[in-house]
Amino acid sequence: MSDNMNDMDQMQLFNDQGRLLNAGLPDEEKALFCDAAPQVDAPYRGIWEKFLNWARSESLWILGFGTGCGAIELRPLMTSRYDMYQYGVQPRPTPRQAGLFIIGGYASVKTMKRIVRSYEQMQGPKFVLGLGSCTVNGGMYWDSYNTINRLDHYIPVDVYIAGCMPRPEALLAGINELKKLIKDGKGENANKYAENFEWYKGNQKKIIKDWNMPDYNW
Amino acid sequence: MLTSILTKALYTLISFFVILNYSLLLLGTMARVRAKVQGRIGQPVWQPYIDIIKNNARRSGVTHGIMFYLGPVFRLAGGLGTYFFIPVIFGSKIFANFSFSGDVLLVMYFIFFGQLGMALGAGESGHPYSPIGVARGLAQMTAFELPFSLAVIAVAAQYGSFSITEIVAAQQGGWQNWVAFTNPFAMAAGMLAFLGMSMNNPFSIVIAPQEIPIGPPTEMHSSFLGMLQTNRAIFNGAKMVLFMNLFFGGAAHPNIFIALGIMIMKTFLIYLYVVFVGVSFPRFRTEQSIRFFLGVPTLLGLIAVIQQMI
Repeated sequence: MSDNMNDMDQMQLFNDQGRLLNAGLPDEEKALFCDAAPQVDAPYRGIWEKFLNWARSESLWILGFGTGCGAIELRPLMTSRYDMYQYGVQPRPTPRQAGLFIIGGYASVKTMKRIVRSYEQMQGPKFVLGLGSCTVNGGMYWDSYNTINRLDHYIPVDVYIAGCMPRPEALLAGINELKKLIKDGKGENANKYAENFEWYKGNQKKIIKDWNMPDYNW
Repeated sequence: MLTSILTKALYTLISFFVILNYSLLLLGTMARVRAKVQGRIGQPVWQPYIDIIKNNARRSGVTHGIMFYLGPVFRLAGGLGTYFFIPVIFGSKIFANFSFSGDVLLVMYFIFFGQLGMALGAGESGHPYSPIGVARGLAQMTAFELPFSLAVIAVAAQYGSFSITEIVAAQQGGWQNWVAFTNPFAMAAGMLAFLGMSMNNPFSIVIAPQEIPIGPPTEMHSSFLGMLQTNRAIFNGAKMVLFMNLFFGGAAHPNIFIALGIMIMKTFLIYLYVVFVGVSFPRFRTEQSIRFFLGVPTLLGLIAVIQQMI
């Protein structure tokens, strides 16, 4: 962000044509990024969408975001004791291919920026799982000067798992809960993000002061 | 004329359908075998189907240009090209595919064609990890190409033919006629090269999931990835059928179902060997794998060729 830009400039999202302003980017970089806001992708109807939702729920690819201590609870899922593969869950190292974003604990303002970027790079339908009390209400960091308290003010969250720290069993229970939601057709938070894009962006920009990335990271 | 073309197309479709489903189930089975080795239960056998459906059902996708579209298409063309020129079952019209007198040369070309197409597609994605994966893949490919070619040359010299059908025909009449027993050095060189070709451990550095997230397809997602996964199954099946034909006498029986059973048994064992090696050994770095392929396997290939000369 250029130095002379004030907060109000940064908060303005769209120009007259409805394109994103990308005000945080230097002029020479603006052409490199997309200026379109996310679109709502309507689901199919009836039995076909039910079938696709079944496939989505039985093949969850995790993008694990090891922001805090919760990351340590993600690892045992891969081991022979918890074996998440039997539930169709597997880790995926790139946001493009992943469908389930797990925020492993507290999210500081600095990591919030990366969380937003990674979340927006995932392809819909995408799901978010908040792991640990810090994502619910800040947990033991609720009055910290640089961690956020409620994750779902910034990106839509499908399932929260409370606890400090929740055990891998709790994580598996959360994943199974998410599977039920997807099968019921309630995993539409990617569309919710697109519909309430301005609200989410406003919240994000309120806490991320040095906004030097595109407004929407396709 | 038209009828014969249509019949051929129908036969090829049947053959394609069989190999696609067999290979997908085989991938799922082998993932379960690996899980058993690690003391896990493992994913369901049909998981590859669900993954492909899920990826194709993604509602959004990002493109980076024309080559990004064409990358997976080239890869799929490489897989299909490899499969369509290999006769799967000896003496069967339905499973003869488009085999002809020089098919082994064309198949060797198609095995590498897909990788090159993928290199172009992955390059356009602009992600720095893709070219790293591609560079590693091409370097490793150049290395295992040598023992593989030497093995094929030795087999071609042995039977004086570049036709897979003729090579299979010459191996009929019992297991003692298989190349594995008449030309064991060629088989050894070929099977060692196959380890690199199948990109399992210890040669899985190309798609190293932690250091260079997933390698060449880092940016591939949604239906692009679905296409690559479909190709992975076809390509795996094609390569196993090729190696079964070249070294293990192919699959031949007057009854098509028994012949299919023989094919399934032999290719299953060939893939099991790859998985067996994979779970037993840690991963090589790129330069280690190049050094490995240019060492013993190449030497074995040379011995096999020299053996045919004298």
